[in-house]
Amino acid sequence: MAFAAFGSTAGPVEQAPRRRSWVALVLLLPGLAYLALFFLTPLVSLVLTSFQEPVEFGDVGQFQQAFKIENYATVIEAYWPHFLRAFGYAIVATIAALLIGYPLAYFIGVKCRSKPLLQAMLLTLVIAPFFISFLLRTLAWKQLMADDTPLVQALKSLSVLPADGHLTGTAFSVIFGLTYNFLPFMTLPIYTTLERLDTRYLEAGADLYASPATTFWKVTLPLSLPGIVSGTLLTFIPASGDYINASSSFLGSAQTQMVGNAIEANFLGLLNYPEAAALSVILMGLILVIVGIYVRRTGTEDLL
Amino acid sequence: MAAGAFAEAGADLELVGLHKRFPGFTAIEDLDLTIPAGSFFALLGPSGCGKTTTLRLVAGLEQPTSGRILIGGKDVTSVKSFKRPVNTVFQSYALFPHMTVLENVSFGLKRRGIADATGKAHEALRLVELDHLSARKPQQLSGGQQQRVALARAVVNRPALLLLDEPLGALDLKLRRQMQLELKAIQNEVGLTFLHVTHDQEEAMTMADTVAVMNKGQIEQMGAPEELYELPKTAFVANFLGQSNLFTGDVTNSKGDSIVVDIAGVKIEVPKDRAQRHTGEITIGVRPEKLMLHTEAPKKAPGVNILGPGRVTDVSFSGVSTQYQIAVPGIGLITVFAQNMVFGPVVNLGAEAWVSWTVDHGFGLLDEPEHTPKFSADTDTATIALQTRHELLAEIEEA
Repeated sequence: MAFAAFGSTAGPVEQAPRRRSWVALVLLLPGLAYLALFFLTPLVSLVLTSFQEPVEFGDVGQFQQAFKIENYATVIEAYWPHFLRAFGYAIVATIAALLIGYPLAYFIGVKCRSKPLLQAMLLTLVIAPFFISFLLRTLAWKQLMADDTPLVQALKSLSVLPADGHLTGTAFSVIFGLTYNFLPFMTLPIYTTLERLDTRYLEAGADLYASPATTFWKVTLPLSLPGIVSGTLLTFIPASGDYINASSSFLGSAQTQMVGNAIEANFLGLLNYPEAAALSVILMGLILVIVGIYVRRTGTEDLL
Repeated sequence: MAAGAFAEAGADLELVGLHKRFPGFTAIEDLDLTIPAGSFFALLGPSGCGKTTTLRLVAGLEQPTSGRILIGGKDVTSVKSFKRPVNTVFQSYALFPHMTVLENVSFGLKRRGIADATGKAHEALRLVELDHLSARKPQQLSGGQQQRVALARAVVNRPALLLLDEPLGALDLKLRRQMQLELKAIQNEVGLTFLHVTHDQEEAMTMADTVAVMNKGQIEQMGAPEELYELPKTAFVANFLGQSNLFTGDVTNSKGDSIVVDIAGVKIEVPKDRAQRHTGEITIGVRPEKLMLHTEAPKKAPGVNILGPGRVTDVSFSGVSTQYQIAVPGIGLITVFAQNMVFGPVVNLGAEAWVSWTVDHGFGLLDEPEHTPKFSADTDTATIALQTRHELLAEIEEA
């Protein structure tokens, strides 16, 4: 097939676009094969697993293919608080990351434009946490927020925290962990759009009687919307499926379990594969719906 | 400017002792300038002369290092740009890409809370003949159309002072003429003050009441276009605004209303009131179209300067006129523009020729001769090519 791209001599003008599409297809083939093998196959397997039922008198973890749709009803009944917490924490963490990440990205991308060295250094600092394992960093935060640390003592003496209060194991520490861990995913896409922002638009805004605040709302923010949308998606999607931050061995407790923790427990602890699979399918479906509505509302369909 | 109302009329602009230094260079050096209300003022100069910086200082997009800016008698030096009664047509248009043409044009009106912003925006778009495209995004328009939207976006606000930063650069000749007329009409209608920055001398001369020629951060000369053209005071103005034949020599004596200058042994008269200096070594000049071309030595007559004989080294036909280059020994190249009154050139390449001009047409420059080249620094490609050819021919002859 690839040889056709070189061999053919007839009708070079008419043939050209067609030949190019063949080349494109050949180049796409490895990617398509990869997706079919490692995305489509597991997805089908996951959906099939979610309908399985236990083998009668079988061992723990022994299931057979069936069409047990009740699995879905069971998991929704048992784990709806986990879903609520997952999306609630993820939304709050995404908003917090946006509020921290946007000014950071604006400062690096717009204010530091005349100082490329400082810009590069600050960008490195944003990415620097990636050089250390995600788990180690989260554990480090657990240490910092432990009950006998100066931080917690100080909060207690200021009566911000009650005398018998904790920081770890609370919704606050889970959201804090999510925000911290996904902040670079928010900052970098916003940075790339702001870095290209033509400051002459801001001058035009000032020239047309818009105060700096109005110029920001009417010009800067709409022009950086693509970055905000991709940043929030890159933060929200993994955060809502996260199971590290909320887990009891890290920043969470039994009261802060998210749906990711429920899936982990069912797959790896209880060996209840059908229910774990059902939870995964529901989580995936809900994220798709939420993201679809969000992208449609922000008017950036061309991102999808 | 009061919110919700248009400026009643244009305001005058006054720049007092303005300096602007950037790290490493000085863009504007001690600029004093008064532009009366309702005038159409052009700042003309080559790129890098500080004219755009001047405009940005007036718009409030840059802060002066020192000096004051007054609009309508009010000191606005420290007033933020969004509070100044000024609008700019940017060279890059700077149309908001996420807004439609209509939203762009009504942006300023809405910020100031003016009633019927949309209606007024449509009106402004009709003025630039783009109302039918008001729902498009700027990227869907051609360069010329974008420029007209930028113009409408500024003009719709009826600012006391409208700043134009080379706004007609991307338009084709026909549209450019049309927009020039439109701009003049808008200016007359509302009596706004226009400050137009351009490097296009023809545009500056056809549109502006007053032209200021800027060079190296300072204004070299200012006045009505005719005045600047007919009586340039410096070599820079003489060459930037049209072309000039410049000669340098010592003033030998004065004769009635004229001074006599010795140019390579030839006595040339220049009217005293058209010469900036009357003693010592001075540079004098005459415009190429003021010269008469002769094929035989003209009779000496009072009030007429004669140079020659020389040899015609180049004849280039350009429709309405023909440009001749005449090399006069000891003086150099003289450029003559002659109207094409007959078919074909009056003199042929290599012919012997004389030039003459009425004394009244000459002018004397202010420059110290050591700062000006002995002969006009013609930098257009035709002249450079011609000079190179001469040098080559001379080399070949010697060899």
